[in-house]
Amino acid sequence: MRAFFNTPLFGVTITIITFLLGKYINEKTKKAILNPILLSAIMIMVFLSHFNIEYETYNSGGRLVSFFIAPATVVLAVPLYKNIRLLRKKWLPILIGITMGSLAGLFTVYVLCKLLDLDRTILISMLPKSTTAAISTSLSEQIGGIPALTMAFTAVTGIGGNVLGEYVFNIFKINDKVSKGVSLGTASHAVGTVKAMELGETEGALSSLSITVAGIINVFLIPWFMNLLSI
Amino acid sequence: MKGLKQFSIVLLILALGEILQLKFNIPVPGTILGMVILLFLLLLRIIKLKTIENISNVLLEHLALYFVPVNVGVIVYYDNIKSQLLKLFIVLIVSTIVVMAVTGLTVQLLDKAIRKQKKGEKHESLF
Repeated sequence: MRAFFNTPLFGVTITIITFLLGKYINEKTKKAILNPILLSAIMIMVFLSHFNIEYETYNSGGRLVSFFIAPATVVLAVPLYKNIRLLRKKWLPILIGITMGSLAGLFTVYVLCKLLDLDRTILISMLPKSTTAAISTSLSEQIGGIPALTMAFTAVTGIGGNVLGEYVFNIFKINDKVSKGVSLGTASHAVGTVKAMELGETEGALSSLSITVAGIINVFLIPWFMNLLSI
Repeated sequence: MKGLKQFSIVLLILALGEILQLKFNIPVPGTILGMVILLFLLLLRIIKLKTIENISNVLLEHLALYFVPVNVGVIVYYDNIKSQLLKLFIVLIVSTIVVMAVTGLTVQLLDKAIRKQKKGEKHESLF
């Protein structure tokens, strides 16, 4: 059995099977909080610690799955290209909205991390969390964070936005469809977009546009922000 | 073969992004440079949508799966963060609410302001 755990086959197989299981649970319950990535990761973590398997051993297979993040990030250009006409009419409010919202988020993370005495690595790993995982994890590496932590933060942020979105819109009286879509995509990437799609077609399309637009804006905004506050 | 051809185009663009990043030390991840390059190639119609549409559907359909191993990596850091889980949760949730509220309100208010201004201009031109 030990010899099997050492082969890449183990990592690939357990990743795909637990993911399918996670996806099945998510679709059956329709609960955003039961996110497939998190469920799958938790199942694997339990398995690894139960059988005393090192992360590196698992990751000889996991790495093969992770490889596809890079080409998948490149083809994110395709949905962006398909939706870019949505920017034509209201590009100014959308771009300024995404920038202001992202900046407010970065500032909140900074202030709260200082107040709660969280260390610098955690702060840095948290900054890209609102962007889509493809962007947040590679950006994290670039700015000196820990991609694994950023991934977990990104997942929790997605779930948070999905679950709380409608309450936030009610409290702050955000009732315009475009604003709701942009808000969900900017704050909580693809998991927020699932909620936007439930709200309506316009919300969904703008949310998925905002995932990549916000991602690109943050790629420039975050290093600038870190420089500004000398983080 | 068709799928493989499409995939090789994506890999070449990715490689171009990575090489540019390393060569010029650009502070943007190579994958994202690749995405921007592909977007421009599509906008300039150097690459047609149908040339890469199949492979992009396949890759994006399973996007969430690819992130599982990275997320499992948290296990390595778990001992360091387990005493801070509540704090982390508070920061994550509060900042997500802030991003949503500020983004949504900014778009909504600016859009209204711009439309009002346009309306005003139209009225003026009537006189």
